[in-house]
Amino acid sequence: MSTEKSQTKAADKADRYWKTNLRYLAILLSIWFVVSYGAGILFRESLDTIEIGGFPLGFWFAQQGSIYVFVILIFVYVRLMNRLDSQYGFEED
Amino acid sequence: MENVQIWTYVLVGITFSVYIGIAIWSRAGSTKEFYVAGGGVSPLANGMATAADWMSAASFISMAGLISFMGYDGAVYLMGWTGGYVLLALLLAPYLRKFGKFTVPDFIGERYYSNTARIVAVLCALLVSFTYVAGQMRGVGVVFSRFLEVDINTGVVIGMVIVLFYAVLGGMKGITYTQVAQYCILIFAFMVPAIFISIQMTGNPIPQLGMGSKGTDGVYLLEKLNGLSAQLGFAEYTQGTKSVIDVFAITAALMVGTAGLPHVIVRFFTVKRVRDARKSAGLALLFIAILYTTAPAVAVFARTNLINTVSGKEYSRLPEWFSNWEKTGLLAFEDKNGDGLVHYAADPQKNELHVDRDIMVLANPEIAALPAWVIALVASGGLAAALSTAAGLLLVISASVSHDLIKKIFNPNITEKQELIAARISAIGAVCVAGYFGINPPGFVAAVVALAFGLGAASFFPAIVLGIFYKKMNKEGAITGMVVGTSLMLFYMLKFKFGLFDGGKIAVEGLKSQWWFGISPEGFGTIAMLVNFTVSLVVNRFTKDVPENVQAMVENIRIPSGAGEATH
Repeated sequence: MSTEKSQTKAADKADRYWKTNLRYLAILLSIWFVVSYGAGILFRESLDTIEIGGFPLGFWFAQQGSIYVFVILIFVYVRLMNRLDSQYGFEED
Repeated sequence: MENVQIWTYVLVGITFSVYIGIAIWSRAGSTKEFYVAGGGVSPLANGMATAADWMSAASFISMAGLISFMGYDGAVYLMGWTGGYVLLALLLAPYLRKFGKFTVPDFIGERYYSNTARIVAVLCALLVSFTYVAGQMRGVGVVFSRFLEVDINTGVVIGMVIVLFYAVLGGMKGITYTQVAQYCILIFAFMVPAIFISIQMTGNPIPQLGMGSKGTDGVYLLEKLNGLSAQLGFAEYTQGTKSVIDVFAITAALMVGTAGLPHVIVRFFTVKRVRDARKSAGLALLFIAILYTTAPAVAVFARTNLINTVSGKEYSRLPEWFSNWEKTGLLAFEDKNGDGLVHYAADPQKNELHVDRDIMVLANPEIAALPAWVIALVASGGLAAALSTAAGLLLVISASVSHDLIKKIFNPNITEKQELIAARISAIGAVCVAGYFGINPPGFVAAVVALAFGLGAASFFPAIVLGIFYKKMNKEGAITGMVVGTSLMLFYMLKFKFGLFDGGKIAVEGLKSQWWFGISPEGFGTIAMLVNFTVSLVVNRFTKDVPENVQAMVENIRIPSGAGEATH
């Protein structure tokens, strides 16, 4: 009886962990989509009317900015997940 | 040129000795070492190795040149070949690491509890890797022939011997640590000329900023280039010519294809823990981003330089590098109107200058009059880029044969020692096949590389993502999805890239108006991937449920450790 209970409890915990992970993914992938497909492609024309230094903004996102954001996104994910792992006691070693 | 050659021999000699030294030091003693470097690679080393693995001869030699002729449209490569790492880090790498086997077909075969699925995956992996590796060996030959004036074929053979040495001896372990060295060489070789030129043209030592700065004449570089391009009849540099939907589709196909390439995925099997897999994906992209944000700057500098130096000038008074590169056939001048001036124009009737895109990186140091050692550095960087990618691909091929086919399907009783021998023999076989294609390149290498990404997107990506994120995904759905997605991609490619059903290559141009949704074959991987997802999910609905133990396995790979073990 008690093992059964602890098993459902463990499954419950894993479930909550997974849901939080999915929420992080949804947020980070939305940003991923917005900077590349949004700013770099779909809305490039209108962003290009803004100039920063010598760069039309849409062009900058397409050839520079989106790549910087990609790098940042992965490191944010690494931090979020490391924190989540330790909250749930799922770290390795 | 003499001086440049001596420098090139010295630098290439030193770098090759380093690779061989590493190979001897890191011999593989077990299949685990051979396939995944023992699984104990640090995130930093894996990040560098992944970056070198990923950045091929094409990234190093061709990409900046390609962008300089495409302008804004070059963004499809820049975003496409970096954005895939976000997908890889968030959707694939941590879970595949937790799954903890040796190859991608391993995952597909076990997750979909089926040897059919495994064989389909092996075939896709082999197809993708062979098409890719042929181009790399060719790249090695081309660099040798241009800088050391040896025959291209001799160059290919030298490259084969080197790769053979460290891939066969060291397996993944040897490859990993040579790739770390190769990353350092290639990034240094790419950055040094870029920084020099950025200072020359804009006074800013950071190329990424120099690209958006003012030139020596006080006009913004991009603005000037837009003007120059328009004068010659080209599209404005920051505008491009492709349609929005095509740019969207190509970018998506390259991103998803990147995340579905087996030689990239397998690198994440080599780290120790799930958290290391995440971190090394981040580091890999950081290392890649250094080159990928510099390349568009190099493109702008090189294009401006080229137009300024050559366009409208007297042929007889052009600098020495022009005739040097004319000899290689990469630059050509044809005085159509006989006035002795070089007319460079978008209109093919009037244009008198032919420029091969590869020249933009290879000749850049000469055009900018940089010292001989910088030019030699570019040669060894190009070799490092080509060799590192070739080695990674060869390992996927040898593991597919010795592990997925021999050990898992034909002869499960094979001992560890025999499997290691089989792995080495298949690596030798793969090098020979790659060398053959390097010496006798099929005329469609470039087209086929685009196909490799399309296939990665259309075959592996949906099967792996569904395998992790949808635990009720069954084998019937996944296999049908992979087969339909891959076949559709092949069909579209054969029809619109090779004109196979309409009378061959000549028909390709005329078929453009028939592209589905206006999407080019390069971007079609996106559609094929969506079809794969849809077919998989529909078939899944009408076929048998997934066995309990497989669902438990999926729950297990979703968690880095701890509670995961309870579900076995």
